[in-house]
Amino acid sequence: MEFEIKIGLETHVELLTDSKMFCGCSTKFGTAPNTQTCPICLGHPGTLPVINKKAFDYTIKVALALNCKIANFTQFHRKNYFYPDLPKGYQISQYDLPIGLNGYLDIKLNSKVKRIGISRVHMEEDTAKLLHFGETGRISEATGSGLDFNRCGIPLLEIVSAPDIKNVTQAKAYVMLLKKILEYLEVSDCNMEEGKFRIDANISVKKLGDEYSKTRTELKNLNSFRFLEKGLSYEIKRQSEILNKSEKLYLETRHFDSKTMTTKSMRIKEEAQDYRYFPEPDLVPIEISRELVDEIKKTVPELPSIRTDRIKKQYDISDNDVEIITSTKSMADFFESCAKIYPYPKIISNWIIRDLLYLLNQEQIQIENCKISSEHLVDMLKMIDTGSISGKIAKSIFKEMFKTGKMPGDIVQEKGLEQISDIDKLTDIIEQVLKENPEIVTQYLSGKMQVFTFLVGQVMKKTKGKANPKLVNELLKKKLK
Amino acid sequence: MVKERLYKLSAKELSDLMSKREISSYETVKDIAERMEEVETIVKSYITTNIYKAIAAARKIDKFIYKKKRIRGGKFIYRTKNIEPLTGIPIAVKDNITTKGIHTTCGSNILGNYKPIYDATVINKIKESNMILTGKTNMDEFAMGSSTENSSFWTTHNPWNLNNVPGGSSGGSAAAVAVGETPLALGTDTGGSIRQPAALCGVVGLKPTYGLVSRFGLIAFASSLDQIGPITRNVQDCALLLNIIAGHDSLDSTSVFKDKEDYTKYLKEDISGLKIGIIKELMGEGISNYVKGAVYKAINIFSSLGAFCEEISLPSLKFALSAYYIIAPAEASSNLARYDGIRYGLRAKKVKSFRSMYRKTRSQGFGDEVKRRIMLGTYALSRGYYEAYYLQAQKVRTLIINDFKKVFKKFDVLISPTTPSVAFKIGEKFEDPLTMYLSDICTIPVNLAGIPAISIPCGLKNNLPIGLQIIAPHFEEGLLIKTAYNFEKKFNFKLKPLYRKF
Repeated sequence: MEFEIKIGLETHVELLTDSKMFCGCSTKFGTAPNTQTCPICLGHPGTLPVINKKAFDYTIKVALALNCKIANFTQFHRKNYFYPDLPKGYQISQYDLPIGLNGYLDIKLNSKVKRIGISRVHMEEDTAKLLHFGETGRISEATGSGLDFNRCGIPLLEIVSAPDIKNVTQAKAYVMLLKKILEYLEVSDCNMEEGKFRIDANISVKKLGDEYSKTRTELKNLNSFRFLEKGLSYEIKRQSEILNKSEKLYLETRHFDSKTMTTKSMRIKEEAQDYRYFPEPDLVPIEISRELVDEIKKTVPELPSIRTDRIKKQYDISDNDVEIITSTKSMADFFESCAKIYPYPKIISNWIIRDLLYLLNQEQIQIENCKISSEHLVDMLKMIDTGSISGKIAKSIFKEMFKTGKMPGDIVQEKGLEQISDIDKLTDIIEQVLKENPEIVTQYLSGKMQVFTFLVGQVMKKTKGKANPKLVNELLKKKLK
Repeated sequence: MVKERLYKLSAKELSDLMSKREISSYETVKDIAERMEEVETIVKSYITTNIYKAIAAARKIDKFIYKKKRIRGGKFIYRTKNIEPLTGIPIAVKDNITTKGIHTTCGSNILGNYKPIYDATVINKIKESNMILTGKTNMDEFAMGSSTENSSFWTTHNPWNLNNVPGGSSGGSAAAVAVGETPLALGTDTGGSIRQPAALCGVVGLKPTYGLVSRFGLIAFASSLDQIGPITRNVQDCALLLNIIAGHDSLDSTSVFKDKEDYTKYLKEDISGLKIGIIKELMGEGISNYVKGAVYKAINIFSSLGAFCEEISLPSLKFALSAYYIIAPAEASSNLARYDGIRYGLRAKKVKSFRSMYRKTRSQGFGDEVKRRIMLGTYALSRGYYEAYYLQAQKVRTLIINDFKKVFKKFDVLISPTTPSVAFKIGEKFEDPLTMYLSDICTIPVNLAGIPAISIPCGLKNNLPIGLQIIAPHFEEGLLIKTAYNFEKKFNFKLKPLYRKF
């Protein structure tokens, strides 16, 4: 039997602001529990929220990048429900007047473009974190639970896609592109391990030709690309099998279990929960002026797909390499700032992909935090071109720059790595090598040409690799004639 | 010379004497403390008294007031020439305004043990003005009520007649001012909670324009209606206290940017030519005849002062009470959701799950009226009912705002009774919430419109005070003070509660 699939994704993104959404507390990750709290984010009686302007502007920026219509008039609503991680008993969120509406995102798959609708972009506050004590950390086996309010009140962006996604590949492409755009916009670091980029999925499966019923599944805890893939695949399979057996599907919330790679039912919803939304009386409605939108528009950088296309056209490097180089904004920025001051883009991209990426992966750091600047790399490349260092030496200089942040010239001077191109000096060394290896010379002269490289190696060894290899080759050949 | 008891004096009189160095803040607070000992066990205005800290604070301020310096010729003069008005003056604060380290219960068991970790903005302001906090006054639980009978702790008694209620919800503040347990108090007004008890206790109560006084630290009942305001013994004191508490606060998004005003300057103006509208809808059915009589007498006084009075109609007012009892409970149902026993306040014992902790804590912690309003509000916001109730009520609110706008094109201020009758007996309306709700019928429209109004004494019935309400357009508190002050001077009301010593 054939099935049709409909997937809508809800993405929650923690915004990269210094302070929380409604108070001045820090948003720093990984500090001791409940050290970044105040009466406001703890929901103490009498406290009131004040909107974080930066978070508000960031939301407009994201909505613009996702081709949304920006509301002229927006408002916050209270979403009322009881849970220990929600100190006020309601979450300040947005309801019928979100900041961004009706946008889209174009994903590319096998060089075909598929447009995914963005229903809405709105802002809300994050909840506290519940920690369950006990060996497994699971609520069902916990000996007790604790609350960490450090996360409570961190500005959160909710991006809701239309149910336009038809399969797992599209879902993954959508999420990857969305994440890349948010990184390009520099509004979130999208760190999935730290829960700063979280995905919930709504999945509905039907038999070909049938109508979609309202029995979609809301799937939670898809906190990596792999889990997204596994979770969606499992859920599609599960729903298809039930339909195959002509059994009933329920409108339910399911939890993805990353240990078993399956989904478990959390609750079956008879009807959608009533959150009793109403306008937040502690915050005044906001008019968004065209001037503000225009101002924010200016801060939206060239977006990934456009930049990738431009770089492909502008520089003579392979499409594959361009994809790698533009996978993050900071890497593309690095590449282009090098390309501005060095005329051979292919060489730059080679160094980035082969050497820089390798070291970044090895040290697990981001390019923006590494010590090598475009000046470092370009200075070094120019030294290779002028023959003052060899390519081989350059590799070790690159590592040294990565470690210490010193300029290549300084490293060369400090360590005496400058290439030896002095003919007299090299001739002396070559003569010495020939004297020390009479048998090899005899072998070579008797026609065994392969031993030539051995002799070159001996020269390099004596000069600790600093000899100009081209010159050594020439001089050695001349001597052996 | 036997000095008159200081508790009888108004804040302005005390302040003048302190400026002349005839009395000290310590003497003032000490006398207030003595007055509390005399009457508090009977009147029960306070939930928490702060008298030891108050005396210490007064001593500290006296050091500053009486600090001398030597000038040329070897003479000593006071270092501080002009002390700020209200420096060293005692003030009582309603128990729904947070005070750091001092119990703030909101009149509720659920916050019975709650000590805030921060001061409300108004508390910071009165501290900066060197005023002395005497204590936290009794109130209906979460400001829901008109008699203080809904307090989880006890009912405050009306000093004019101990069998009667002082009104509410700021009944403790009004009674304390009336009986001399403080010259000044702060109350809060969501549907009349400053003006109604002020009227019933024969004192002055002002509800400022929504947004004039910061709500930061005011424990919310209905956020779009709540406002903090002064309760005092005369209009002059009211202006002085408003000077201190008004002003923009960056911690309250609904607080308004506005230049600071000196409200005492309006005390000097007369009201000849003032156009006064008498609200027809609040002078009809449900209003006692003796109250109407007192209002008509007031109209005569206004006319004799050169004002022009005419009856006007605001047809939308007949829907005000119904709209209020949708909007206020709706907001309250959400505002009170935070009392869950998790972070502060009461937590029920012997619970099996967090759900049962919620249920038990809230069942034990909240009183009947609060539960009633949470249920009303939850219902009004529920899917399928939201449009019929909450949205409809918001539309009524817009109509009321428009009606007021319209009549303010023609009139400078409006008048009405503050309450339909004088203070009722304790227990009289307790079992009948609907009748109780009606005691706020004259005051509620003002909150819905967000405009300011003042209640001042305008007569007595069976030795119980009657209140006159004066209403002005947004941010025209000056006009209210001017109108009320001129009336007060002419009417010459004498505060004569039960305690004849007054």
